[in-house]
Amino acid sequence: MSEKLQLTLAKMEAGQTGTVVQVLGGHGLIRRLEALGIRPGKKVTKISSMLFRGPVTLRTNHTQVAIGFGMANKILVEIDTPA
Amino acid sequence: MMKILLMGNPNVGKSVLFSRLTGTRTIASNYPGTTVGFTKGYLKLGETQAEVVDVPGTYTLEPTSKAEEVAAEMLKDGDLIIDVVDATNLERNLNLTLQLLEGQLPVIVVLNMWDDAHHRGINIDVTKLEELLGVPVVPTVGITGQGIKDLVSRLPEATAPQTTCASSDERWTKIGDIVSQVQSLSHRHHTWREVLEDASSHPAGGVAIALLVLAATFFVIRFIGEGIINYVTDPLFNWLWTPLLMKLSLFLGSAGFWHDILVGKLINGDIDYLQSMGLLSTGIYIEFGVVIPYIVSFYLMLGILEDIGYLPRLAVLMDTFMHRIGLHGYAIIPTILGLGCNVPAVMATRILESRRQRFIAATLISIGVPCAALQAMIIGLVGAQGTQYVALVYGSLFISWVVIGLILNYAVKGFSPELMVEIPPYRLPPWRVIGEKLWLRVSSFIKEALPIVLGAVLVVNIFYMLGVFDFIANIAAPVMSGLLGLPKETVVPLAVGFLRKDIAVGMLAPLALTAKQLVISSTVLAMFFPCMATFAILARELGARDMLKATGIMIAAALIMGGLQNLIL
Repeated sequence: MSEKLQLTLAKMEAGQTGTVVQVLGGHGLIRRLEALGIRPGKKVTKISSMLFRGPVTLRTNHTQVAIGFGMANKILVEIDTPA
Repeated sequence: MMKILLMGNPNVGKSVLFSRLTGTRTIASNYPGTTVGFTKGYLKLGETQAEVVDVPGTYTLEPTSKAEEVAAEMLKDGDLIIDVVDATNLERNLNLTLQLLEGQLPVIVVLNMWDDAHHRGINIDVTKLEELLGVPVVPTVGITGQGIKDLVSRLPEATAPQTTCASSDERWTKIGDIVSQVQSLSHRHHTWREVLEDASSHPAGGVAIALLVLAATFFVIRFIGEGIINYVTDPLFNWLWTPLLMKLSLFLGSAGFWHDILVGKLINGDIDYLQSMGLLSTGIYIEFGVVIPYIVSFYLMLGILEDIGYLPRLAVLMDTFMHRIGLHGYAIIPTILGLGCNVPAVMATRILESRRQRFIAATLISIGVPCAALQAMIIGLVGAQGTQYVALVYGSLFISWVVIGLILNYAVKGFSPELMVEIPPYRLPPWRVIGEKLWLRVSSFIKEALPIVLGAVLVVNIFYMLGVFDFIANIAAPVMSGLLGLPKETVVPLAVGFLRKDIAVGMLAPLALTAKQLVISSTVLAMFFPCMATFAILARELGARDMLKATGIMIAAALIMGGLQNLIL
């Protein structure tokens, strides 16, 4: 019924899990993220972010990936509601 | 001859498999982007020989960095592809696999890190995967060699199904389909390494761990280096080499041309390893008695950090700062390699995406990152005057590195993309693997450095006899004494620094410099000009024009820093 909460990866809290909805970027960015396994439909868990708009670390499948803050801000995630 | 390409995502263990297949040793580490060039080796296949190429890792055939371009290029002239897949990461790896299956070349798939997948509760149905992909699939454990025989015997079965996918979306759908059919996950508990992995990605925990790791690393490098010098090399030189050289000296009549070339000048009737300047005295001593102990301890620690998988985590921590100097966090890896030797460090800048980043990183490495050989000599010679003077040299280099980085970030056109990197899991490398890598690096150091060191000592001796140096010294006198406050003879070691920096620092010893002069001359020597080998690699990686630009920056920076030190100290 109600819309689920959507946040960019940059705004997520460490420990939150969600499903990637959309990558708000150009073709190049979409492809690079895709190559690392980050694309719409994937479950991602944010592990941490560094201070001062530093890189965001996340886990998808069994891989940890670190991406810059700007890119993280372009990845829209639908947050899982805690069970 | 048949050409076999080892391809796959970064950090899936291609280099380890390569060593297993060909017996050719290569440097393998636990971070994406260890291999930036390509290494060739040979494999006996029945009666014939096949060439095996260790291709840099790539996520797709649409390259995003120089190293990935190399990979895509290689594809043009191969005959067979061994596609190495990380079994713990099937889905992501299959993207490249499917792209390869769409091509013309026959493919065989290797499921590497099979043991690790098992530990992580990942089960893969190999027969089913073979059926779905249409090519042979062989599970392996590169580090132990499990499955390698099987791989070699099944190479002839490799085929090219030449499947087609209309779009990358269609490819991902297909991958999802395959994974759901072949992979099943079983539950397991968090392991110690996952706890550590999460702690070192946490901002505060990460900084604490980084400080601890770096402090421990410096301490251990110093401890082992000094230990080797005090308990191994110095006793060997004192009890074995010196008596032998003294016999030779007597035999040659204690003076004369050959005596001066081989043994060098006797100081008060004795050999002084830092002043005699003979091939067999100073030449051998500087390499084996001062530099190699530190080379051993540095590369031991570097190897451990690389194989555990710590370096990419350091890259994440350093990212915000590195952006200030026009780079991103991953540039810390070439920089750390530079503390060993600038040549592989400049090569490693290929892991950076843009030309601008590569120029900045390579220039900064050449200016502010002293190699292990140079550091060993600085610690030995400047350290004898007091640790605070060594700190002054390192401090000056670090300040130059930062300031020049800030300036280059402002001045160099182009863009620096953001960090995007896979963080490998922590692994506990077996000691045998660490030992083999250390031996590979130390022995190639000896092979590459020793001839140049001995050549440099020879040239220096001959130039002294011919009086060439007096001539140069007189020309350079205004800069040397006027700007830097150094005796004009110091220009000779600076010039020799072009050949090798360790021997150049060694040549400062007989000049009876004050502590301040030693600090200035070793700082200038470190920054001034890259050694010949680095110079060649800079030209190759940056192109002649950018290399000249970088060199101009180095010379200017060295003179400014040296001049400032002369004013302030």
